[in-house]
Amino acid sequence: MNTLSYDIAVIGGGPAGLAAAVKARELGMDRILLVERDYELGGILQQCIHDGFGLLRFKKQLSGCQYAQKFIDLVAEGGIDVLCDTMVLELTDDRRIYAVSAQEGLLEIRAQAVILAMGCRERTRSQVSIMGSRPAGVLTAGSVQRYINMEGYLPGKKAVILGSGDIGLIMARRMTLEGIEVEGVYEVMSSLGGLRRNKVQCLDDYGISLHLSTTVTKIHGNKRVEAVTVALVGSDGKPVRETERVIPCDLLVLSVGLIPENELSRKAGVQLHPVTRGPVVDDTMMTSIPGVFAAGNVVAVFDLVDYVSRSGEIAAQGAVDFIRRQSARGNMVDTVAGSNVGFVLPQRVNADCGGKEINLYLRVRKPMKDVRAEIVCNGKILKSTRYGVANPPEMIALRFVPDGPLDGPLTVDVR
Amino acid sequence: MTTKQYVCIVCPMSCSIELTDDSGVLTVKGNTCKRGEEYAKNEYTDPKRMITTTVGLRGSRLRCLPVISRKAVPKKLLRDCMKQLYATVVDAPVRQGDVIVANILGTGVDIIAARSITL
Repeated sequence: MNTLSYDIAVIGGGPAGLAAAVKARELGMDRILLVERDYELGGILQQCIHDGFGLLRFKKQLSGCQYAQKFIDLVAEGGIDVLCDTMVLELTDDRRIYAVSAQEGLLEIRAQAVILAMGCRERTRSQVSIMGSRPAGVLTAGSVQRYINMEGYLPGKKAVILGSGDIGLIMARRMTLEGIEVEGVYEVMSSLGGLRRNKVQCLDDYGISLHLSTTVTKIHGNKRVEAVTVALVGSDGKPVRETERVIPCDLLVLSVGLIPENELSRKAGVQLHPVTRGPVVDDTMMTSIPGVFAAGNVVAVFDLVDYVSRSGEIAAQGAVDFIRRQSARGNMVDTVAGSNVGFVLPQRVNADCGGKEINLYLRVRKPMKDVRAEIVCNGKILKSTRYGVANPPEMIALRFVPDGPLDGPLTVDVR
Repeated sequence: MTTKQYVCIVCPMSCSIELTDDSGVLTVKGNTCKRGEEYAKNEYTDPKRMITTTVGLRGSRLRCLPVISRKAVPKKLLRDCMKQLYATVVDAPVRQGDVIVANILGTGVDIIAARSITL
């Protein structure tokens, strides 16, 4: 078995991992390794051919591939070591990584700091419990995206989409443009799952109907999907039998949410958060294991790639400081999801962070209008920002610089 | 006087915008930035959209090359642009930014490669 030794090892070559590696190089680290299981870098961005990426960072509407390309070029320019087609099998709590590739066989990688950037995975049929047979033609929106945009296959002729998350909306437009008839988008919740701009440019532009409070209750067909049954759901969340109708189709596309991919983290003993389902992190993106950092969608599902890259850079800074022992982690205070807030990231911040910028990310629990997001510490409001609208699918990012040490937990309220 | 409601698609804020046309004088409210005003006026007079799709690719393990328009093109020309792009095939290698179709359908907008393909 080959043993490699690095300052920083980054697991995952998507937007978080790319940004982390590039930033670590910028900060003067020499020995950086980026490990990616696909045959090329870029992660999910390579199949996101639509635009809307990078508005915050580059002040431009880039496509996912263009956004990835900028970082891939920087990785190449920085001479950062990259291992593609390499699958990490295990991470230990003393920062040893076991990985395997066809070319190298089994590898042991030792690193002074590890950055977890494995991203997230789509929820599948089994996680939304749809009854019926198990024919071909039930695919997640991301799989359909990869088939159409990268592999050049059309996976059906007439599609029904379940779930109104962004990928589902994007794929409604994409399939329509590629000649697949999209019968409609069905959403079990009473409000849109994705961003409103995506409903406008992906559904309304193409006359695709959106059916809220409606779900798929059954899949028909043996070898191939032949139809699905949809039904309205009542206020108890259960389908109403009398409203059932059958829609002939040969493709059911699922866009029913994303789950951070934390098998490696869990096995290493990293503490995970029950709401985000990702590692509990501090303001340097360090997990519960010293020297193990996490960034991007492995921590919590972000809705903007700009935030993902930013978290990668914060993790890189944290890792570099950890290696150089610049940051003695002092007293920590918790962040608390207050009124109408689902979660706050990071879950802990350094209490002695006076003068240092803190980035907080949060999601509200329900759609609201004319609200204030307030960061409160020990009864004192540290920052208050007004928002015209606050929707659960649209993450709120708060930046602030405390002027002195924090003497208690930071609570974030939205009301 | 005509009043139209729009949801801005320029950025993820998705602002709800109201446009009023008072005999040719367009007033926009509800936007939080200048781009929103521009979007609403465009949407009312001549709606435009970005083109993002793929063209055929030879000589690579991938079968498609993602492409993007440099600027938005009139919405009414979108389908015709797509039709032309479906018939386009290019050879690898490709550099991000390479012009794949110049001045598509006389719109003055180039279609460029959205990524580099070396293999």
